[in-house]
Amino acid sequence: MNLNRIKAIAWKELIQIKRDPLSLALAFLMPVILLFIFGYAITVDVDRLKTVVYDRDMSSLSREIVRGLRESGYFTIVGYVDGPAAIDRAIDGSGARVAISIPEDFSKNARMGRQAGIQVIVDGSDSNTATIALGYLNAAMEMAAKRAGLGTISPPIDVRLRVWYNPELRSRNFIVPGLIAIIMTIIAALLTSLTIAREWERGTMEQLISTPLKPPELIIGKLIPYFVIGVIDTVMSIIIVVALFGVPLKGSVVLLLFISSLFLFGGLSLGILISILTKSQLAASQAAVISSYLPALLMSGFMFSIPNMPVPLQAITYLIPARYFVSSLKGIFLKANTADMLLTEMGLLALFGLIVFTVAVKKFKKRVA
Amino acid sequence: MKAMMGRIRHMIKKEFIQIFRDRKMKPIIFVTPVIQLIVFGYAVTMDVTNIRTAVFDLDKTSVTREVARRLEGSGYFRIDHFPDSEDAVRKLLDKGAVTVVLRFNHGFTSDVEAMRQASMQVLVDGSDSNTALVAAGYVSGILSQYGRDIAAKTAYRTRGGLDVRPRAWFNADLKSKNYNVPGVIAIMVLVVCLLLTSMAIVREREIGTMEQLMVTPIRPAELILGKTIPFALIGFFDMFLVTLVGVIWFNVPIRGSIPLLVLATAVYLLSVLGFGLFISTISKTQQQAMMATFLFFAPAVLLSGLMFPIENMPGAVQYVTYLNPLRYFLVIIRGIFLKGSGLAILWPQFLALFILGASVVATSSLRFKKRLS
Repeated sequence: MNLNRIKAIAWKELIQIKRDPLSLALAFLMPVILLFIFGYAITVDVDRLKTVVYDRDMSSLSREIVRGLRESGYFTIVGYVDGPAAIDRAIDGSGARVAISIPEDFSKNARMGRQAGIQVIVDGSDSNTATIALGYLNAAMEMAAKRAGLGTISPPIDVRLRVWYNPELRSRNFIVPGLIAIIMTIIAALLTSLTIAREWERGTMEQLISTPLKPPELIIGKLIPYFVIGVIDTVMSIIIVVALFGVPLKGSVVLLLFISSLFLFGGLSLGILISILTKSQLAASQAAVISSYLPALLMSGFMFSIPNMPVPLQAITYLIPARYFVSSLKGIFLKANTADMLLTEMGLLALFGLIVFTVAVKKFKKRVA
Repeated sequence: MKAMMGRIRHMIKKEFIQIFRDRKMKPIIFVTPVIQLIVFGYAVTMDVTNIRTAVFDLDKTSVTREVARRLEGSGYFRIDHFPDSEDAVRKLLDKGAVTVVLRFNHGFTSDVEAMRQASMQVLVDGSDSNTALVAAGYVSGILSQYGRDIAAKTAYRTRGGLDVRPRAWFNADLKSKNYNVPGVIAIMVLVVCLLLTSMAIVREREIGTMEQLMVTPIRPAELILGKTIPFALIGFFDMFLVTLVGVIWFNVPIRGSIPLLVLATAVYLLSVLGFGLFISTISKTQQQAMMATFLFFAPAVLLSGLMFPIENMPGAVQYVTYLNPLRYFLVIIRGIFLKGSGLAILWPQFLALFILGASVVATSSLRFKKRLS
């Protein structure tokens, strides 16, 4: 290994990056755009569910129930319909998510002290929203019934709920820290997966081969400038997450940066490995999306909780480095996890990086095919 | 006209030879979408089951065991830790080993037996707010049912009360699989076609073969058609493949009409290829094309309603989503798969998708021609 040669390659790569300012700009723009989408545009908090009401009772009691729903804040009453067919139309056209149907004898039954039934129809095609909506609906109905003086069963068990780490259950606090992992996966894959394939495609690899450069030197030299870009992206993302979105960073910044660097090393090495194996930019780009972005987005526990997945799939997630990074990010941001609690994660991330790097060095052949 | 068809045919043939000359492309285009759909079809689930739960039981009676058993029997909770101190509870939550902790204090059983208000504590890890919310709902539902059962047994009754009868339409068991598999199909097709189109065109420019094409008698419009039709065919084939997997493997129903699904795919591919073509006109290198594709793809997936309902987004963002082809296609494909909707209901989406696709294709063709000359 010769430091000078590594420096020369890193310098060459840097010049090439500078020559393509559009790609560089996109590399810095991407995290900002993704963070803004997650911070401002999307939320998994279920509220303002469009609701239609079919009220055959038209009593003060039924109005009271509807008012209770509206005031809960989770339901927006978008209209009153006049028959079961109209409920069909409202939900089919996917305008409404929830329909409440109050029968004629509703208030009579309630007054007589009988069970007063209400039918609730939810659009179950989005099952998550539907489950949460039903929970809210039950709570809001119970409140409204109590207010209206309907006899409800007072359950002898009183459940006191306490939520730790994210007491207001803000979905932003849960999603945004994990998002840093997604951003870095994308950046790492996009930046390095084409670098070696490009040299082959343009024929400049032959020039590099004719130099005394050794494979590890070439790979390290190529990694350095992208590593720097990746670290800048990470720092930028952390600042946006904390300063702009107000997500609490309860743990140590140093630890956060250290784990991010480990992850970045693995991600960039994987990109290089893809580039070495495919030799064509078209194939490399597809392989990068398949092997890094989609698994990181869908199987890292970032959005979709891993214990909910079937067992064989949970086993696969152990092979996805983003999994360890996402749990470290959540741990550091929300739970103030310390280094000794994240030893396994750090060890596995480092191991992944080293294995991928070694395979890349082994697979890189200084030969014109 | 005949000459034109001939030139386009040659161009398509050349394109296929070029794509598949790289032996790795065949598995990448035809095998990985299938594997991915199978894997992601299972991964993309918001169904909350197997919530890892700990029971911190200071009372240790048959009553507390019965409550724990009921939670486990519901299928939503998996009780696998029995911490014996506050410290142990904190450690389990900190490590993320459990999401929910049930705590029974001394005297819980005697309160229940004396029909006094018996308190128990439920600690939830809020760092996954979705699971926390759903878990909390399940716990209180199961416990109030238990409360009612005890009350019924002891003739402790009240009169009246509200009886809410919920019913879920289209997806009676509230399975998110049915909802998400069509969505995953849509993004698979999007990512494969978008990336292929944008990069394949830029590649000609990058390695200099575009100039060779330009000295041939082929006209710009023919060049565009010859460059996009192969990817449209690949898109159709991938769509067919992943839909087959969705139906056979995941048993996702297709309640609507299959010809309509084919038409929808065609209209969808029009926009996808249009955007791919557009990206190729603004990129000089394949690196730029790949970055730009992602800059389009990532927001398109997030702002499509696939994982996050559009109606929960702020107003301004909702307007932006009107430019997202995935947004319309998701409504169409979910409508056809799950609700059996026909054109009578889906025509606005078809129309919007077609207008979007046609305008993108027109704009990028103009830009493309300008760049050629």
